[in-house]
Amino acid sequence: MYDVSELKKGLKIEIDGAPCIVTDFQFSKPGKGQAIYRCKIKNLSTGTTFEKSYRSGDKVNKANLESRTFTFSYHNGDDFVFSDNETFEEIHLTREQLEKNQYFIVEDMEVDILFHKDKALDISLPTFIEKVIAETEPGARGNTASSNVQKPARIDNGYEFSVPLFINEGDIVRIDTRTGEYYDRVSKA
Amino acid sequence: MNSRTIQILQSRDTLMQSIRAFFHFEGFIEVETPIRMKTPCMELHIDAEPSGDRWLRTSPELYHKKLLAQGAQKIFEIGKCFRQRERGDRHHPEYTMLEWYRAGGDYRDMLKDVKSIVGRVSSPGVSKDWKIFTIAEIYERFAGWNPVETFDADRFDFDMVEKIEPNLPKDAPVILMDYPAECCALARLKPDNQKVAERWELYLGGIEIANAYSELTDPVEQRVRFEKWGEQRRAFGKTVYPVDEEFIQCLETMPPSGGCALGIDRLLMALNGIETLDDILPFRD
Repeated sequence: MYDVSELKKGLKIEIDGAPCIVTDFQFSKPGKGQAIYRCKIKNLSTGTTFEKSYRSGDKVNKANLESRTFTFSYHNGDDFVFSDNETFEEIHLTREQLEKNQYFIVEDMEVDILFHKDKALDISLPTFIEKVIAETEPGARGNTASSNVQKPARIDNGYEFSVPLFINEGDIVRIDTRTGEYYDRVSKA
Repeated sequence: MNSRTIQILQSRDTLMQSIRAFFHFEGFIEVETPIRMKTPCMELHIDAEPSGDRWLRTSPELYHKKLLAQGAQKIFEIGKCFRQRERGDRHHPEYTMLEWYRAGGDYRDMLKDVKSIVGRVSSPGVSKDWKIFTIAEIYERFAGWNPVETFDADRFDFDMVEKIEPNLPKDAPVILMDYPAECCALARLKPDNQKVAERWELYLGGIEIANAYSELTDPVEQRVRFEKWGEQRRAFGKTVYPVDEEFIQCLETMPPSGGCALGIDRLLMALNGIETLDDILPFRD
C-alpha cells in the first residue's frame, strides 16, 4: 500500500483490481481545509483516463506488476511468439497488442514484457533498431542543412516513416522504437 | 543566473517595496516576532515543523494578537512561515507570509486594505471590478448545496477543490466571504447570525492568495475551539499542541480587530501569470 503522500507522476497503482498509472498529480489544500491529492489516472488495461481525488491519510494499492525478459522466437500466423529467458515458457502476442512495435521486432531480439497478474500489459524493445531503407525518393544533394525537411520512406516489412532528404534506398538507419521515428544514419548504401 | 530568474527577483523586490510603502503610508509599524514558538497555533489541518524543543511558526498570528493586547494599533510583518508536508504547485514547506492587523477594525476593513494593496502592485490591466460572493452563494451555484445550512467538512473541502476553485472567474479578483461557522478558525461569528464566521479569502487568477478575519476575542470560546481541534487532531493521529495560555489570557484585553494573512510567493505567481511556485522560488525544497 502507498500512503497518498507518496503518489507522484508515473507511479503504478491498482484501483478496483485494475492496474493504473498516475499521469498527473496535484497537491491541493483549500484555506484551512484538509490536504487533497487530485490525480489524473490512466487504466493500463483499457487505456482510459479518469480523475480521482484522495484525502490525506488515504491508502492506495500498489499495482501487482512484474516485468520479465523474453526473446522473440518465431511467427505463428499473425502472432508473435516469445520465450521467457529463464523458464522458456512461451507467450503469444498479436499484432494488435504490439501496435507499431510489430515492425521493429527481429529474430532473437530481447524484450521486456510487463505483466499484471499474468496478463501482458506492455512491451519494451531495445531503444534503437537498425533497418535498411527499402524504398524512398532519391536523395537531394546539398540539402543536408535543412534537416527538418523530411520525405517518406519504407522498410522491408512495410513500415512507413519520415527521413531527412539525404537518405537513399539501401542506407542503414536507426529508428527510435519509443517514438517510431528516424534517429540517425548508420551507413550509406 | 538566467534572465527570467533575475526578472522574478526584481519583481519580488518591487512588490515588497510597494507593500511596505502602503503600510507605512497607512501608519502601520513593521514588527518582528519569534519564528521558533513554544507552541504553535492549534488548527485541525495545519501541522508545524518541530525545531528542537520548539516549533517553527505556521503563522505569526498569536504573537501579533499579544502585541494588540499590549496596545499596538496597526502592525504588519513580512517573514517566513513553515508548514509540514505541504508541497505542490501552490505549496512549499517554507514560504513568505505578509500578516497585518488593525485594532478596532474588522474583516471589511481588511478588505479595503487588500484592495488597495492589489491595486498598487498589479499591472494596470488587472480588473478593478472585484467579484464578491458569499460561500453560501458560490456553493449553491457550483456545487448545488449550502454548507452554511448543513455543514459537511469532507464534502466542503472536496467541492472547494473540484467544483468551486476551478470555476472561479480568473479575469478579476474574487472574494469568497462569510464561511460556515465550522470553518471559523480564529474568526468571530457574525453577531446576528451564529452560523456564519466573519472570514474572507482572496483569489487572483484562481489562486488563493489571502485569508482575513474579524478576529475572535472571546477567551472562553477560543479555549473551547482549541480543545475541540486538539481532540480532532488526536483522533486523526496528529500531534496535539499544548494550548498557549498566554495567548488565551491576552484575549481578555485584546480589542476587536481585523487581521489578514497573505502569501507573498503566491501573489508573485499571480502577478506574473506563473502556474507553479517552482518558477518563483530561486531555491526549492
